[in-house]
Amino acid sequence: MIVGGIVVITSKNAVHSAMALISALLAQSGIYLMLYAPFVAGVQIILYAGGIMVLFLFVIMLISIERTAKERQFNKQWLVGIAAAAALGGLFIAVYTKGKSLFPEGRVTYGEGQNIQDVAALLYDQHQGMYMFSFEIASLLLLVAIIGAVVMAKKRI
Amino acid sequence: MHGMLEISTLHYLVLGAALFLLGVIGVLTRRNVVIVLMSIELILNAVNLNLVAFSRYWQGIHGPGALHGQVFAIFVITDAAAEAAVGLGILIAFFRNKETVNVDEVNLLKW
Repeated sequence: MIVGGIVVITSKNAVHSAMALISALLAQSGIYLMLYAPFVAGVQIILYAGGIMVLFLFVIMLISIERTAKERQFNKQWLVGIAAAAALGGLFIAVYTKGKSLFPEGRVTYGEGQNIQDVAALLYDQHQGMYMFSFEIASLLLLVAIIGAVVMAKKRI
Repeated sequence: MHGMLEISTLHYLVLGAALFLLGVIGVLTRRNVVIVLMSIELILNAVNLNLVAFSRYWQGIHGPGALHGQVFAIFVITDAAAEAAVGLGILIAFFRNKETVNVDEVNLLKW
């Protein structure tokens, strides 16, 4: 997964980058399965590796890639960017070393139970479902995104 | 199986932090807009990994029905889909106007 991520940000060709991202996403869905989250793993494969990456590949094919592969790949601020990312990494390492005792150790051990049913209960159930409103907001967000994408990709409105 | 072989929540958090850093480096240094968007997807995935790992941890405290982290991960995936659609729409409109996909040639708002 880390290897896939590294290839995503270093490869010259955007298609190679997309392929590496797909492999990273599939590896991550395997990690979801390790965490007993089969529904999220399935959503990850279908939506990310299936839907979003097809969209990415479609756009990569739509715009010309032959020319961009020969150009300079990194922008002029790459040194500053690396420095900022290194600062963030230093922050992460500082948090890790300072607050190591605060992090949860050990692991949870029991079977997977009814994962999909429980997720659905949280989303839709009338009594314990507390994310119903958020769900509706998410559907509204998707509607707005659809309209926005169509409006922006259209030649003449 | 004790000691080094045991995978705890902490290991997932470290993996998520590493993935987040890769995404940040990609966003800050690459020129190609498509790869910048893919790096944003990497960042979102790092966040998702943290959410699901903490959901597992929370399950250990509050029982198997406490899946709030997974529900949030699904919302984040929804947002990622919306973001990808809008971002690629912007990219197509931009490419039609300027015939380039490099972020440092986007200077309409610069003076």
